[in-house]
Amino acid sequence: MDNKENTTNDPIIVCEDIHKWYDDFHVLKGITTSFQTGERAVICGPSGSGKSTFIRTINRLEEHQQGKIIVEGIELTNDLRNINLIRQEVGMVFQQFNLFPHLTNLQNITLGPIRVRKIAKKQAETEALALLDRMDIEDQANKYPTEISGGQQQRVAIARALAMEPKIMLFDEPTSALDPEMISEVLDVMRELAQSGMTMLVVTHEMGFAREVADRILFFDEGLIVEDAPPAEFFDNPKHERTKLFISQTLQH
Amino acid sequence: MATEEKAQSHKPPRNVHSPQEWLRQNLFNTWYNVILSLLSIGFILFISKGILTWAFTEAKWSVIPANLQLILIGSYPRDQIWRIWTVIYLLSVLLGMSAGIWHGIVRRFAIILACVWLICAIIPFQLATRGLFLGIVVSIAISYLIASNKISWHRWIVIGWLLSFPMTMIVLRGFGENAVLTSNWGGLLLTLILAIVGICASFPLGVFLALCRQSKLPAIRWISTTYIETIRGVPLITILFMGSVLIPIFMPEMNIDQVVRMMIGITFFSAAYMAENVRGGLQAIPRGQTEAAHALGLNYPKTMLFIVLPQALRSVIPAIVGQFISLFKDTSLVSIIGLIDLLGVAKSITANREWLGLQAEVYLFAAVIYFVFSYSMSYVSTEVEASLGVGNT
Ligand SMILES: Nc1ncnc2c1ncn2[C@@H]1O[C@H](COP(=O)(O)OP(=O)(O)OP(=O)(O)O)[C@@H](O)[C@H]1O
Ligand SMILES: [Mg+2]
Repeated sequence: MDNKENTTNDPIIVCEDIHKWYDDFHVLKGITTSFQTGERAVICGPSGSGKSTFIRTINRLEEHQQGKIIVEGIELTNDLRNINLIRQEVGMVFQQFNLFPHLTNLQNITLGPIRVRKIAKKQAETEALALLDRMDIEDQANKYPTEISGGQQQRVAIARALAMEPKIMLFDEPTSALDPEMISEVLDVMRELAQSGMTMLVVTHEMGFAREVADRILFFDEGLIVEDAPPAEFFDNPKHERTKLFISQTLQH
Repeated sequence: MATEEKAQSHKPPRNVHSPQEWLRQNLFNTWYNVILSLLSIGFILFISKGILTWAFTEAKWSVIPANLQLILIGSYPRDQIWRIWTVIYLLSVLLGMSAGIWHGIVRRFAIILACVWLICAIIPFQLATRGLFLGIVVSIAISYLIASNKISWHRWIVIGWLLSFPMTMIVLRGFGENAVLTSNWGGLLLTLILAIVGICASFPLGVFLALCRQSKLPAIRWISTTYIETIRGVPLITILFMGSVLIPIFMPEMNIDQVVRMMIGITFFSAAYMAENVRGGLQAIPRGQTEAAHALGLNYPKTMLFIVLPQALRSVIPAIVGQFISLFKDTSLVSIIGLIDLLGVAKSITANREWLGLQAEVYLFAAVIYFVFSYSMSYVSTEVEASLGVGNT
């Protein structure tokens, strides 16, 4: 790679005026922002505001129709080679886990390293077991995803994404499908990941987590970034009425 | 105290029933069930009495042993039968080795097959034949022991299975003066070859068509859909007639063998149904699965191969095997075109003056053979399903 990587001031993700439509429905109405290496950004906003759509454009699970997205110096276009390169650098964790039910937890994790990174099976398994250990579920390696709890499944999913050694991790409401008592075990893992210096974009309604971990909070409304501020400023001194309303609503429960 | 009691793990209660109790609970629990049960039992007794009386007193079973070779291999030259034995031995060795490496269902299958051969060896055929049957059992056992737990050989065995197919064809046909032309292939041998070729070729073709039908490119989707719907709108027999009559008219310069034309017809026909079965499985896979695979950087072929198809195919095993079974039985239609497959042989035996009037015996025997193979496929499919059950929701 080039020497861009070392200069921390160069953003790792650049978004310039992204627009996206679902048929006639304008979901993203011009998103312009950038993220630095190691930055931890939390994205929040009301339902349907385009948060999921936005982070899914970053690894091109959704195509944007206008504007420019540059990840690690590579622009996302229809070029399949670029898309697959970027997807190897960008890990993603889904609300519904999306583990592969026909593979064991260990195989879920080693699939990417073996088939995409092309490393040997033995080594992939060693790495996967280390990751499961880090997620505190090494004893679940040979079970199937349907045989473990939701919190454990989501940690397997995080391990699966990390096994590709990504530079960026995207989280789309990783705790929304979990029972309350399992939320903290997933958040703990994410906190640890944040401390390790991973670049993270997290869509979440967990405001406690946002306040504690985020460098920046982006507030989405109707396809636009309405507020973009560090947590302290975001919670204590929000600029927009919409944000104030949202904060007062979410802090109520 | 209460918690202590709860913490002790209890065995689930077992429901053990005596036969009388089972009968009472399942057949005679209400007055209308009693009537139904009695009626059915009477009906079964009536039918089976008729059949058994016929089978043991009137039926002239001598027609079967007298024509057994004809039924099994048709007019395959008798001095070339060593070719068939060679194929059986090669496949048995492969099966034995596979059983040694994979255990599980493969081993169970090998054991069952060995038992069948063992039974064949007990039946009073000629001594040489019985020796050869016994030899099959021995070669399965020996190859099992040789390959036992040699996991690293599995790649070679897979290659062996892939090669076994062209090898079978070459050995069965041979070259030069002694070549056995396909027009001499017949009986159960021909039925099995048609069915195996049909199954092995229509399966990948069907999967391919199903994927095409889901393609993002309209042209590919359209071609695939048109193909599938056209084929499904036409009876197999018309396709076989087309293969038999039209291809030679339109392409006289291409001198394709009649048996090969039937294979192609059966394959193209079955692939359309296979495609629809597979499509059902593909549609049942949630979008999150492909998204997760893409997010890991797997491209389209890898996503299909490692994530989507294994799940999709697993969920439609019953439908696919059902398709295999109907393909197996549908091969009997080639007898209308004039090939002497199992059904064709049966027809020709009953037309023989020596065996006139013995349709019932001959066709019943043919039916039993069809049934044994169809039921085996059905059985294997249930076994495969059960063994894949883990982690499948
Ligand atoms: N595949 C799709 N086709 C059509 N419309 C869609 C599609 N996906 C999302 N939308 C619409 O786009 C809008 C934004 O969706 P998005 O999932 O990005 O919202 P979100 O901010 O993540 O909301 P939530 O908090 O409910 O997850 C919604 O109104 C949704 O109905
Ligand atoms: Mg969402």
